[in-house]
Amino acid sequence: MHRPAQQLWLGALETLPLVVAAFPFGIVFGAMANTMGLGAGVTLGMSSIVFAGSSQFIALTLLASAAAMPVIVMTVFIVNLRQLLYAANLMHHVGYWPQWQRAILGFFLTDETFAVVSDRLNRHPDEPGLRWFYLGSALFMYSFWQISTALGYTLGSRIPGLADWGLDVAMVVAFVGIVVPALRRKADWACAAVALVSAVLTHDWPHQTGLLFSSLLAVAVGMALSREAADE
Amino acid sequence: MNEWLLIALMALVTYLPRWLPLALAGRVRLPPPLERALDFVPVAVLTAIIAQSALIRNGALDLSANNYHAIAALAAFVVALLTRHLFITVVAGLACFAALRVFL
Repeated sequence: MHRPAQQLWLGALETLPLVVAAFPFGIVFGAMANTMGLGAGVTLGMSSIVFAGSSQFIALTLLASAAAMPVIVMTVFIVNLRQLLYAANLMHHVGYWPQWQRAILGFFLTDETFAVVSDRLNRHPDEPGLRWFYLGSALFMYSFWQISTALGYTLGSRIPGLADWGLDVAMVVAFVGIVVPALRRKADWACAAVALVSAVLTHDWPHQTGLLFSSLLAVAVGMALSREAADE
Repeated sequence: MNEWLLIALMALVTYLPRWLPLALAGRVRLPPPLERALDFVPVAVLTAIIAQSALIRNGALDLSANNYHAIAALAAFVVALLTRHLFITVVAGLACFAALRVFL
């Protein structure tokens, strides 16, 4: 099971619930950009060149409040720092990839693709064809992000309340299905518990800094506990 | 404000954190404690995202029975514990959510 086409397909398939969950957000983003008077080219340009949902929403919000460009860029940078953690987590597995492949695949490192790739690494650490699996997930996410942005831009206001359908529940249950099998040691459970409580407590911190803070805190707790366990 | 310049800069600060560690892989050896810490990244970040998506509704903590996202997440959690299977977990969670929507 490691022929490229199969892995490509598998990567896309496992990303399906996350694509479904992201679709309404793309529509809302497109519609919001249109309402704000952003040109179609700029809107699609942002989705296709930046390709980072939460950063794009934050940029729109800041644009609407007439924030200065350095403020927007700095904020987007901070929001994206969690993806630095993703890339660092993957370092272990990409050491033998040619640099040009890393340069391409890095562009597509979203929450969604990281989630399914890390699930695959968790379940089949040594199965070959990771690159193709990753690419399948990446291209699926990317193309539907473009389609949903375009749809939202052209007819967003005519799809009333799509954001209220609750399709984001697909992301929630898929992430649950990815996290739970990864909870093996006591330290993993503690890490998850800390992330859960801390993320709730910090949800109103600006620009998703609560998410970053909670992740780092949870990593630190997991780390401390696993060291303790190793010492025993 | 030049919108295209903004997009270029946003793209840069988005791409660099996604790519730099990948580029350095195999060239720099991370200290072992840092490597062990990075093992916790998927659980930490994904759980934080789950918490904020399922438990925070309309900007506030919602632990009521009206929070179908949280109930679906809980159902998915139980099914995931029992099956450890991603696809079954997703289907069960979505079915739970749909049932709540339709019947309540």
